[in-house]
Amino acid sequence: MSSPTRERAEGATAPTSQGSPPASPKAGFWKRIPSPVRNLLLAALALTAISGLMLFSSDLSSLRYAAVGYTLLAIAGLQLLVGGSGQVSLGHGAFMMIGAYSMALLVLHLPMLPLAANLLIVVVVSAVAGLLVGAATARLHGPYLAGATLILAVGLPGLAHRYHDVLGGSNGLRIRVAGAPPGLENLVSDEQWTSIVVWTVVLLALAVLATVSGGRLGRRMRSVRDDETAAAMAGVPVGSTKVAAFVIASTAGGLAGALQIYVLGTATPSIFTLALSLTLLAVLVLGGVGSMWGALWAALAVVYLELWVSDLAGLLEMNSNVENNLPLVFFGIVLILVLRFWPLGIQGIFQRLAARRRLSETSR
Amino acid sequence: MSTEPILRVEGLDLHYGPVQALHGITLSVPPEGMCAVLGANGAGKTTLLRALSGLHKVSSGKVLLEGEDITRLPAERIITRGLAHVPEGGGVIAELTVEENLRLGGLWRSSRTDKKAMAEVLELFPPLAERRKRPSSTLSGGERQMLAIGRALMAKPRVLLLDEPSLGLAPLITQQIFDLLRDLRKSSGLTVVLVEQNAAGALATTEHGFVLNQGKVAVSGASDELLSDERTRHAYLGF
Amino acid sequence: MEKFLDLTYNGLSSGAVYAALALSLVIIFQATRLVNFAQPAFALVSAYTAFAVIQATDSYWLGFGAALVVGALAGALVERVVIRPIASKSELNAIIVTLGLLLVVQGVIGMVWGSREHGLRYAFDYKGDFSPADVFAVASIAVVAVLVFVLYRFSPLGLRMRAAAFRPEAARLSGVKVGLMLTAGWAIASTIGALAGMLAGPPFLSPHSFDLVFVFAITAAVIGGLDSPFGAILGGLLMGLAMSYVSGYVGPEVATLAALVVVVLVLSLRPDGILSRPKARKV
Repeated sequence: MSSPTRERAEGATAPTSQGSPPASPKAGFWKRIPSPVRNLLLAALALTAISGLMLFSSDLSSLRYAAVGYTLLAIAGLQLLVGGSGQVSLGHGAFMMIGAYSMALLVLHLPMLPLAANLLIVVVVSAVAGLLVGAATARLHGPYLAGATLILAVGLPGLAHRYHDVLGGSNGLRIRVAGAPPGLENLVSDEQWTSIVVWTVVLLALAVLATVSGGRLGRRMRSVRDDETAAAMAGVPVGSTKVAAFVIASTAGGLAGALQIYVLGTATPSIFTLALSLTLLAVLVLGGVGSMWGALWAALAVVYLELWVSDLAGLLEMNSNVENNLPLVFFGIVLILVLRFWPLGIQGIFQRLAARRRLSETSR
Repeated sequence: MSTEPILRVEGLDLHYGPVQALHGITLSVPPEGMCAVLGANGAGKTTLLRALSGLHKVSSGKVLLEGEDITRLPAERIITRGLAHVPEGGGVIAELTVEENLRLGGLWRSSRTDKKAMAEVLELFPPLAERRKRPSSTLSGGERQMLAIGRALMAKPRVLLLDEPSLGLAPLITQQIFDLLRDLRKSSGLTVVLVEQNAAGALATTEHGFVLNQGKVAVSGASDELLSDERTRHAYLGF
Repeated sequence: MEKFLDLTYNGLSSGAVYAALALSLVIIFQATRLVNFAQPAFALVSAYTAFAVIQATDSYWLGFGAALVVGALAGALVERVVIRPIASKSELNAIIVTLGLLLVVQGVIGMVWGSREHGLRYAFDYKGDFSPADVFAVASIAVVAVLVFVLYRFSPLGLRMRAAAFRPEAARLSGVKVGLMLTAGWAIASTIGALAGMLAGPPFLSPHSFDLVFVFAITAAVIGGLDSPFGAILGGLLMGLAMSYVSGYVGPEVATLAALVVVVLVLSLRPDGILSRPKARKV
C-alpha cells in the first residue's frame, strides 16, 4: 500500500536498529544490547507496569485489559502483514478463529496438557494455516488478495456448522480455564491472574514481532512492499518473503484467538464474523499503519470506543434504536474524519505533535 | 512584428512547492507563426507548456490568448478557447481505438462526431485512416505522434503547443511531421509552438526561437539568427 | 434432473444480483481505482427509500423509481464529498473510508427503522420455479448490461468517461471535465447498486440485508477481473450457479466455503481474474 510518509512511519516500528553498524564506543549502552534481548527487556518492563496496574484494578477492568492485550496481538500481526509486507488481508479474523477453536479442542480433548503446551500447539497450527493461505495467495496483489481473504473470513465459520459434532455448530465450544494458581489466590483474583497470563504471552509475542520486523526479514518485507520488481532484482526472494509475512501474521492472529477463548471461555462462529476481520483492518489504519504503537491505539479503540459511546448513549437516555446504533455510527464517522485529515492515523497525529514540539524547542 | 501577437506571456512565475521552476517568463507569439522553445533538460520548457495549457497552476503573471486572459482557466476550458496542447509522448489513450481518440478531440465542440473534420485529419495522416478501428496500442511511435496531433486538430485550435514531437522518432519521420506542421500553418492559419530538444531541426523549421535556461528566457530572436549565432549555440544549444 | 434445473434457475437469479453489484463495483474501480465497500450502503439507502415510498403510496413502481433516483444521488454525493478528498492519497485509506461510510449508513438506518426486519414486496409473483420475479431479475440485469455496454462503447458520455478513467490528463487536454466524469461513474454504479438492492432486498429488509450478497459480489468481480464489466457479469453468474449447486447437493452451510474454493481455483490459474487483460477492457 502506498503511504506518502513511509519514512516517518518506519522510524516508529519498535525501537530496533539492527541495520546500523556495530556499536561505536560513542553509542549508548542500550544500543549495544542485541535487539532480541533489548525487546525482551522492554517486554519485561511493560509486563511489570501492567501487572502493577492490574493489582489496583477491579476484576472487570482486568478483563478489559486482557481484551486489549489479545486484540493488540492480533492487530500487531496484521500490522506486520499490511504495513510490513504491503499485503492487505480482509480475513485476519479467520486466523483468530483457527487459534480459538484449536485451543478449545485441545482443552476439551487433551485436558492434561498445560497451558504453555496448548499455546505452542496453537502456534504451530496457525502457522501451518498461514503457510497454506499465504502460499495460495502469494501471486495475488492488491484488491485480488483482499477479495480472496474476504471470502476466507466469510467461508471459514461455515466449517463450524458443517462439522457440528466436533465444532459445536452455532453454539460453538465452551471451555473452563483454571484460575489463579494455588498459593496466589489471596494475592490476585482469577480475573487479574488471567489478565496477567494474557499480557505475558502477548508481550513475549510482541518482542518476537518487533525483533523480526527490525531484522533482515523485516527489511525484505518492506522492500517487497515498496516495489516488488526492484526487490526481486535486488535478490530478495519475493514469494517466500510474502508467505513468511503471512505465516507470522496468522501465528499472531491464532495466538490472539487462543488467548481470547482463554479469557472468554467460549468460541462461536458468531464471534469470528466478517465484521471482526474488517474491524481489525479498519482500526489498524485508524491507529496508524507501519507502527507498533499504531496497533496499540487500534486495540484500545476496539475495546474502549464502543464502551464509552454506549455509556454516553445510556446517559443521554435516547431511544433504543438510536442507542444501539450509536457506537456503529460513531466509529464510522471517526474512521472517515481521522483518515480524511490525518492519513497516517492516530500515530500520525502523535508524530506530528512530537515533531512540532521538537521544532519549537530547537527554535527557542 | 507588425501584427498583434496571438499568444502573449507576461512575467510568468511558477513554483513546485518551495522550488521556483519559471522566473518571469515573458514572450509573444505572432499569429500564424511558428516558434521554437529550446533549452537543456530541466530548463523549464515542458513546465512552460503545461502552464500555458492549464495543467500547472501559475504563481503569478499572465497568459493572454488573442488578448483574452486565460491564466486561471483549467485545462479543460483552455482547449475550448482555441489553444491545444500535445503533451510529451503524445498522450494518446492506448485503450481507445484510433477513431475514438480522434472523436474525443472534437467532443468539446459537439457531441455529434464532426465527420468533415475527421475526414480532413485522416487525409492528413493516411496511416491512421488504414487503422481507424484498431486499438491505438497497436500503433508505431510515429503513428502515435500523428494520432496525438490529429486529436488536437480535431479541436480546431488556433494555437497548437507541441512538446517534443520528435522524441523517439526516426529523423525522417520527424522531418515529415515538421513539414506537415508547416503546411498546416499555410493552409489553415494555425500557430505552432514547438518545444524541442533537437534544436537544429526545430530552428530550421520555425521563424522564431526562445531559449530557456534555468526557468528564464535567456535568448530570443529570429530562428536563422539564433542558428548562426555561435555564442548562443555553444552556451545553450550544444551544437 | 429436475433438481438440477431448479438449482440452475436459483443460481441464475441470485447470480444476476451478484452480477449487478459486481458490475457496479467494476464501474467504480475503473473510474477511481478503488474497491468500494460502501456499495451495499447505496443498495440499503435505496431499498429503504423504496420501502418508505411503497408504504406511503402503495405503489411498487413509484418506490422502485424513487430507489433508483436516490441511489444515483447518493453515489454522486459520496464521490464528491467523501471520496474525492482522499482517493488520491492512499488506496488502503480509501477502502477503509468507504467501510466507515457503510458503518455510518447501516447505523443511521438502524436508528431510523430499527434493526428488525421490514417486509419489502417483490415486483412480481415470486412463487414457483423461475417465477415472474426471477425472470424480472435476470431480464433487468441483462438490460442493464446492454445499456452499460452501449453507453460506454458508443455514446459521447461513455467515451469521455473512459478517457477520464484511462488517462485523466490527456482527457482534460481534450476538454473532458474529469471530475464530472468520475461523479457520473459513481452515479451510474450506485444506480445499478440500487437496482441490485431492489432485487436482493425482498422479502425482508434489515440493515445487514446486503452484507453477504455484497461479499459474493466482490468475489464475483475479483474472479471476473476488476477491470472487466463482462468479467463481473460472468463472475456473478458463476458464483450464483456454483453456490446454488453446492448448497443443493452438499448443504447450504458449505456454500460460502465453496465460494472460497472457486476463488482460490480461479485466481490460482488467473491471478487478475478471468477477463483481465486490456483486450477485455473495451466495453
